[in-house]
Amino acid sequence: MTPSSDGSMALATEQDIVMSRQTVRKLTHELKFSLVDQTKMVTAASELSRNTVVYGGGGEMRWQVVTDGTKKGLRLAFEDRGPGIPNLDLALTDGWTSGKGLGMGLSGSKRLVNEFEIRSAPGEGTCVTITRWK
Amino acid sequence: MERIPILQMGRCLLVTIQVDLQDQTALRLQDDLASRIEKTGARGVLIDISALEIVDSFIGRMLAGISGVARVLDATTVVVGMQPAVAITLVELGLSLEGVRTALNVERGMQMLQTVDKEAGP
Repeated sequence: MTPSSDGSMALATEQDIVMSRQTVRKLTHELKFSLVDQTKMVTAASELSRNTVVYGGGGEMRWQVVTDGTKKGLRLAFEDRGPGIPNLDLALTDGWTSGKGLGMGLSGSKRLVNEFEIRSAPGEGTCVTITRWK
Repeated sequence: MERIPILQMGRCLLVTIQVDLQDQTALRLQDDLASRIEKTGARGVLIDISALEIVDSFIGRMLAGISGVARVLDATTVVVGMQPAVAITLVELGLSLEGVRTALNVERGMQMLQTVDKEAGP
């Protein structure tokens, strides 16, 4: 199966975290990202998918192949309708953790991509969008 | 649920992770290894991750957890075979796997464990 240039998948269970890694691997491979860039994007997707499943109570991942002139890239959005993040600055600090992880998920994935955007409101959910250019 | 096999060779336990790890599988491996160390009195644990295409913070935490528990049970853990792209990503992610011994490949990892075992005596 070849994922098309845009699409989405549900993130509800731990198995979906594995599926999202495999989907992003295929997409970055198709875009001919270098192995290191593939690994960075897949790792970021793994962190953010887990956040969606574990903290957001489930949601979805959307992907889109984006172009800027001759540049190609991959944009991923992770959206949930969970409790939201009350203090975004704090959540983006290295080592800050809600208790279950190492506190590297959000801040770490930000370092692995070129563009990182987060929207969140308490009670309304969270959406993290990341882009990596080839 | 999937279960990662643990092999015994002398006083060492060997684990080769060859599947894309689900979180629960990783946690189970941590538990399984702790009880196998206790049962066998193993002095060393070698974990081969050469087939892993990524190590994220969850798997990193598992590796650190295994090392820590093994140390308390008087066994040394060495993680071997990390792919270069995985190492680069892991460091950029902010994980340095502190307290986890690493070796380039299985051979060097085994040497490391044998040296530690000799120093510890019978």
